[in-house]
Amino acid sequence: MAKKTFVGGVHPYEGKEFTEKKAIEKLPLPQRVAIPLQQHIGAPAKALVEKGQEVKAGEKIAEASGFVSVPIHSSISGKVKGIEKVNHPVSGRGEAIVIESDGEDNWVETIRFEENYLELDSKEMLERIKDAGIAGLGGATFPTHVKLSPPPDKKIDTVILNGAECEPYLTADHRLMLEHADDIVAGLRIIMKILNVQQGIIGIEDNKPDAIEVMRKAVKDFNNIQVYVFPVKYPQGAEKQMIKAALNREVPSGGLPMDVGVVVQNVGTAKAMYEAVAYHKPLTHRVVTVTGAAVNEPKNVLVPIGTMFEDVVAFCGGMKESAGKIVMGGPMMGLAQPNLQVPVVKGTSGILILEEHEAHVPAEDPCIACGRCVEVCPMHLLPTTLQILVEHENYTEAERLHIMDCIECGSCSYICPSNRRLVQGIRLGKRKILEARRKAG
Amino acid sequence: MSETSEKLFVVTSSPHIRDADSVPKIMWTVNIALLPALLAAVYFFGFKALWVTLLSVIAAVVTEAAIQKLAKKPIRVHDGAAVITGILLAFNLPPSVPWWMPVVGSVFAIAIVKEAFGGLGYNILNPALAARAFLLASWPVEMTASWVAPKEGTISGIAAITSATPLNLLKQSAKIIASPEKFDPAQLQAAQDAIAKLSSSYTNLLIGNVGGCIGETSVIALLIGALIMFYRHVIDWRIPFTYIGTVAVLAWIFGGTEGLFTGNWIFHILSGGLILGAFFMATDMVTSPITGKGQIIFAIGTGILTVAIRIWGGYPEGVSYAILLMNLTVPLIDRYTVPKVFGEVKSNE
Repeated sequence: MAKKTFVGGVHPYEGKEFTEKKAIEKLPLPQRVAIPLQQHIGAPAKALVEKGQEVKAGEKIAEASGFVSVPIHSSISGKVKGIEKVNHPVSGRGEAIVIESDGEDNWVETIRFEENYLELDSKEMLERIKDAGIAGLGGATFPTHVKLSPPPDKKIDTVILNGAECEPYLTADHRLMLEHADDIVAGLRIIMKILNVQQGIIGIEDNKPDAIEVMRKAVKDFNNIQVYVFPVKYPQGAEKQMIKAALNREVPSGGLPMDVGVVVQNVGTAKAMYEAVAYHKPLTHRVVTVTGAAVNEPKNVLVPIGTMFEDVVAFCGGMKESAGKIVMGGPMMGLAQPNLQVPVVKGTSGILILEEHEAHVPAEDPCIACGRCVEVCPMHLLPTTLQILVEHENYTEAERLHIMDCIECGSCSYICPSNRRLVQGIRLGKRKILEARRKAG
Repeated sequence: MSETSEKLFVVTSSPHIRDADSVPKIMWTVNIALLPALLAAVYFFGFKALWVTLLSVIAAVVTEAAIQKLAKKPIRVHDGAAVITGILLAFNLPPSVPWWMPVVGSVFAIAIVKEAFGGLGYNILNPALAARAFLLASWPVEMTASWVAPKEGTISGIAAITSATPLNLLKQSAKIIASPEKFDPAQLQAAQDAIAKLSSSYTNLLIGNVGGCIGETSVIALLIGALIMFYRHVIDWRIPFTYIGTVAVLAWIFGGTEGLFTGNWIFHILSGGLILGAFFMATDMVTSPITGKGQIIFAIGTGILTVAIRIWGGYPEGVSYAILLMNLTVPLIDRYTVPKVFGEVKSNE
């Protein structure tokens, strides 16, 4: 059978060897966490605690402030030091609930296993997922319960669990699949139950043969769940590209996966959903791949949300003198950070520390019209044309050429021999267009 | 606070890694790929070929550096693009050309065709080809003196240098055969012999043992260069293969002296500047379309024009003008070959 894939994409250096063989280790209890109120797409959560208040691990400390919002739970037990402005890995600065550890790790008593969790009705399942504060752990952090509540006119027939982990360096999902395959499959079955769907697919790139084998074993008793193997190519894990490769369906321009009857969830999110439904366990920890040539001992670490990057990196032997750039997430779409005084949030899939020479940003040359960006664009756009249009502030023409369809995967900038800031320019253009739309009402 | 005293790292927008390829690497790869043909030129035409090439390259590089300095722009001659222009211009000149012509040509190529339009990436025409057209229009005698119409069809041997190019020979002979009443029987016989001989001279065409411009004659040397460029992903199949394929088909249909579908298409591929043009000049990234579909349209157009000029036009060879004319259509082709966007739905309202 021909391998399933999509048109376009690039093959960057994979960098998985740093951590792919390293089992997930639990971070020792941090002394302090700063848990931001905004860790998901949508309205920020509203704090429920006050300065000086004692909290337990797993206790709800902020509530959702609307449908597209999620609550937040404490990841450690201790005393609330205050609600302070701290560095935020996405927005730069943001409010966070700072909690000083009591050194105990006391958990709320509500966490317990429920044997018959699969017999719960889907409304109850959805409620538990919402209460657990789950947002997409792949990095986009869209509130999960919203994704699982499609409007009634959208008929969903397939759920895809995304285990592609196409970002170079990251191995958190890889390790989760190896170490928690059954939990992930249980999570998938919960999603299928909620959406009343008969077909489940787990998509994995072929650079993880061990994970493919383990997941195949884990699904062999369920004939409505299959493991699909994709050739390694970035951005295979992008929602639209994964749906195209798996089902040959194209999410319409400006549309969502539900428009073609599909819901995609990350494997880590599926595990969190299983824990939420079967254990009443809120999302308080996540696996973070701490990696890169400038990290002394790269590891996959289970980290309480709100822990400072500094503490996580210290657990991995600290960073080397040669460190030149700190990135939250992978090298293709991750967000650069000015320092390590930033808390881990729900979307922190990795902490990547590149060496100075790797982080070097070369000077731009003029576009020589080689067409490579056009060839690799997984959305079949004309990146160089769009970037030049944005430079000339010709947003009308840029919109006509579908600038808003850009998924910002960065393949164009990666491949450009002139080192042009293609996706960067396009990103700016999209923002300007959205601003103008908002102003126009 | 401790935060401010600590080192701050570079923050840029993603992606944070880049492919190692660069404009200089691409350009120098092309220069290396041109070396086999230069060696063949020296072998068949003597050291004159090397001097012409060197003069051309030096003039191109010096002109570019001088203009960039005058314009207070960063001097970027090290990227190798001006060197390519120099080599390609020399490759499109006859070996007997006077020494000042490559110099004048290179100055024109860089100053007028490239830098006046904004430098690397902004030129509309291939600089080397535009300079060749300029030289041909300005000094037609010097540009063609060495291959006046042949009396006899000798194309093999070093003697060919001062004789006609194979394509010239073909054109003259075909003309005679087309209107036999105007010529005496001996001439007619000679023309028929010449065509028969051309068809059996593939080996000479392949190795480059024929008359022609400095860098265009050795098909094998050019193909070795093409392989280097394929291997380094500097070119892909679309333009060269579509171009050559179009020429082959059209030459087969229209290129014969005995009616349609009798043309010697192999001869048309191997002779003249087609191989040099198809692999090294039509593929010039700056002056060819950016989309795959556009590149194919561009190559088909170049093929049609090449054959039209060769068979019906006033010149024996049409590669240069065909590419130049198609260069002018690139913005138009790019405009009409925008790819269908992922998920674009046909409007069914």
